[in-house]
Amino acid sequence: MSLKEETEALRRIPLFQNLDPAKLKLLAFMSQRLTFEPGQAVFAQGDPGDAAYIVLDGEAVVSIESPNARIDVARVARNDIVGEIAILCDVPRTAHVTATGDKALVCLKIEKNDFIGMLNEFPNMAVEIMRELARRIVNTNQQLRQAVAAKG
Amino acid sequence: MPTRSGDGLERSIYRFVVQFSAKDTVLICALVALAQVFYYISLDLPKNIMNQGIQGNGIAFPVDIAGLGLLSLDQVGYLMWLCLLFLLAVLVNGGLKQFVNSLKGKLGERLLRRLRYLLLARILRFPVAHFRKTSSGELIPMLTAEVEQIGGFMGDAFVQPLMQAGMLLTIAIFLFAQNPIMGFAAISLFPIQAYIVPLLQKRVKELGKERIKTVRKISERIGETVGGIQEVRTLGTAAWERADYTERFGAVYRIRFAIYQRKSLVKFINNTLNQCAPLMFYAIGGYLVIHGSLSVGALVAALSAHKDMTAPWKELLDYYQQAQDAQQKYEQVVEQFQPDNLLPAGLHAPAEAAAQPFDGPIVANALTVQEDAQTKLLEGVSFELPLGTHVALVGPSGGGREALAMTLARLYQPSSGSLRIGSRDMAQISDADLGARMGYVGPNAYVFSASLRDNLAYGLRQRVLAPHEDAAREKILLEAARAGNLPLDVEAQWIDYAAAGATDAADFDRVATEVLAKVDLAEDVFLLGLRGQIDPVSRKNVADAILTARAAFRQRLTGVQADPALKGLVETFDPERYNDNATLGENLLFGTALDASLAGDALAAQPDFRRILDETGLGAELPIMGRKVAETMVELFADLPVGHEFFDRFSFIAADDLPVFQTVLARTVPLPDGSLPADISAEDRARLASLPLKLVDARHRLGLIDKAFKNRALAARKALREKLPEKLRAKIAFFDPDIYNAAASIQDNILFGRIAYGQAKAQASVGAVIREVLEALGLRERVFEIGLDFQVGVAGGRLSAPQRQKLAIARALAKRPDLLVLNDAVAVLDRAAQARLLESLVVGAEGTTLVWATQDTASAARFARVMVFAEGRLVQDGAYAELVARDGMLKELAAV
Repeated sequence: MSLKEETEALRRIPLFQNLDPAKLKLLAFMSQRLTFEPGQAVFAQGDPGDAAYIVLDGEAVVSIESPNARIDVARVARNDIVGEIAILCDVPRTAHVTATGDKALVCLKIEKNDFIGMLNEFPNMAVEIMRELARRIVNTNQQLRQAVAAKG
Repeated sequence: MPTRSGDGLERSIYRFVVQFSAKDTVLICALVALAQVFYYISLDLPKNIMNQGIQGNGIAFPVDIAGLGLLSLDQVGYLMWLCLLFLLAVLVNGGLKQFVNSLKGKLGERLLRRLRYLLLARILRFPVAHFRKTSSGELIPMLTAEVEQIGGFMGDAFVQPLMQAGMLLTIAIFLFAQNPIMGFAAISLFPIQAYIVPLLQKRVKELGKERIKTVRKISERIGETVGGIQEVRTLGTAAWERADYTERFGAVYRIRFAIYQRKSLVKFINNTLNQCAPLMFYAIGGYLVIHGSLSVGALVAALSAHKDMTAPWKELLDYYQQAQDAQQKYEQVVEQFQPDNLLPAGLHAPAEAAAQPFDGPIVANALTVQEDAQTKLLEGVSFELPLGTHVALVGPSGGGREALAMTLARLYQPSSGSLRIGSRDMAQISDADLGARMGYVGPNAYVFSASLRDNLAYGLRQRVLAPHEDAAREKILLEAARAGNLPLDVEAQWIDYAAAGATDAADFDRVATEVLAKVDLAEDVFLLGLRGQIDPVSRKNVADAILTARAAFRQRLTGVQADPALKGLVETFDPERYNDNATLGENLLFGTALDASLAGDALAAQPDFRRILDETGLGAELPIMGRKVAETMVELFADLPVGHEFFDRFSFIAADDLPVFQTVLARTVPLPDGSLPADISAEDRARLASLPLKLVDARHRLGLIDKAFKNRALAARKALREKLPEKLRAKIAFFDPDIYNAAASIQDNILFGRIAYGQAKAQASVGAVIREVLEALGLRERVFEIGLDFQVGVAGGRLSAPQRQKLAIARALAKRPDLLVLNDAVAVLDRAAQARLLESLVVGAEGTTLVWATQDTASAARFARVMVFAEGRLVQDGAYAELVARDGMLKELAAV
């Protein structure tokens, strides 16, 4: 897969979709493409959050430690992003992410510092990210309201 | 009168010179006096040549030379004889002068060397507090540039005025001997000059003082600007800084110009008066000749003698100006080197024998330490610390724990009370003895610009153990002693390996390994070793061992017992295959450039390289490819400000060159078939062609290198291998499975390939296998030794701050001290690392007196005894568990 295709993949991610293609290309150029064999850990719960991963191909399972066992909470696939919270605020990984399925997981790894560097350099990009995060809050609020209404 | 410090750094430059060169000066003066005799003859002879030799006045030919009847000459012969005598007198006078000059030069250089040495020795004796007030920005120019000017003068201090005054006097005597009136005419204008010049010079002297002060302030400010550059940038005050310098440079300009004007005025007055003097000769001398009371020969001789007179007179005046200047500079320099509380010189005496171990408890009695009259760092502190005790010093910052730690290391001197170690008063132990038995590490320990190994051995250099074998060194040391420098040979055997528990230099690596393991640095050093390079010629056995490791690693990669975990993680160099994880340049050369002419951008422009690529057809392709790379780079990076870190880390094109490439792109729009227009300059072509050589296909993912291109690159590789001229091939370390690559690191030599990009955790997995391979072959120590060769850079700049601290602690441990003082030495480490290190130190320092001054009160729990300091006083002293249970300072501190 070439830089061009990776740029396309980045564009399909909601967080990045309104960004200038040239910036996305730079982001893709600065990131590292990584391949994980099925069963290999992308990161573990409690690790320092140093990068975000964008899935280009394959599948991964998100799981969290419970006192008894590891509970799978979600699956991520092509065009999903994982670990983005960790590069925006300094928190340790809140879950395990492990490659799964029958083919290799291909990710684009964006280092935290590079991403922050881009935001510093291109304020428009920061605004776009802010907008996306705000939208998520609106969605969460809405879901909360619906949940409360359904309960009451 | 000797100065109070007793090292001979006198207040007056003349005293300094007399003190250290009286004998030489007397000899030189005697020679100068002797030279005057011949000088007089050379002045007197021309008169005889004119009167007797040429005009034949008052002499009958043939002349019997010396009246012995041995040599009888006619007029021409006699003229020649006189000329010969004249020549002899000139030669002897000149020779003596030359000899005096050489002596005087030696004298001056020795005095300069001595002055520098004394000043440096003073710096080593400055009290620690003084360095807070004095910046290296002030000290450095004093020891380098300023003393240089003083040194030039010191050789002349006595000789120059004697020599010039002697010449003047000789000429004056000669003139008076010819005719008293002529003599008077010659010197008539001197009193005027002697009156006016010092008058003007006085102001110059004051200005000179001002100039030195101003320039010194500027160097202090420059030091500040450089040190605070991050603040200047982030606070956006560059303009203000520049305005400040504008003002300061302006001040220097005004002073310098005022000095220049006055000096040139002095010159003008002197010159004018000197020019006027011949007037007196023509007038008075001419009158005398006309009236027959003076011969023409005498007038000519007097005129030429007077001409000679201007030179020494000018020299004397110059000397006067220089003397003023030098005296002033000397005074100001020496003044800066007279701080209060200079350490006694005796403390720095070189050690004669091995230091005595500490023989009893450390006892403080009413110990008080004052920084200056107002601030007391410690007040009336008394305690007894038996040898082998582990004690923690805690308390609020500035409360006294730091001061006690520093006093134990004698970085502070007690101002009253006493501090004894066993039978000895701390103040009487020499630095060398103390340094051999005591280890101290502060919060910001300094490491020297040397290898890790040299840094570890730095603390073992208190005395010369065995002289250097070379006899030629003795002469060098003798000269050093003549200039008052310490006549100890830096090339001699200084390192006391036995003190570290090692038998010799080779065995020291074992000790180094141990102490580095204790401070948690061994792993880092091993990794540095893997990244290190060696010269396979001088260290053939290591290179051979690495080649066996390469073979073993290859077994793990592809052999029968190939490791599945390694699959696809390393791409080995294969002459028949294109390596996707190496640059195109490496793929073409199939090797690493050993020489700058083949490295980086220079490769694309190398004529032979270009010719061979052109022959294979790749030559035309590279600029087209380079243009695409340039387009991408311009697209990606054009919006970024110059100097952004992304350029360094990611761009193929430096920020400064980006605009250049933008214009190159505009000039080289490709034709419809994709090829570049034919009229592109060779320069543009080379510029573009250099870009794809840096391309790593697997990493950069620009999609420019396809299968067909790879095949063409392989063909080009073959062609290069066959056709590159021999002298170029010698500059390339080719990838050859059986040859150690001198241009590559140890790790790359073992890999003999590249770690694949894009494979998760590839670095870690490959690293683990390399380690296993090295361990199985028993090569871990070899790599560790190469790691010890690592140069840490100026002030340890190539190490991280925690690494520097750990190295400093290891350096203190290496000398196996009786007393180890750690003053917040681990504060820069993270908490987990701090805990590990503390544990290792406490366990490892069994039998050593360990003093742990710390801001981290909790860590004191690990110590048998705790002393709590506040406001300079020892407020609590006892077992941790006991004190923390009781109401008091420790309980409060521990609760936070």
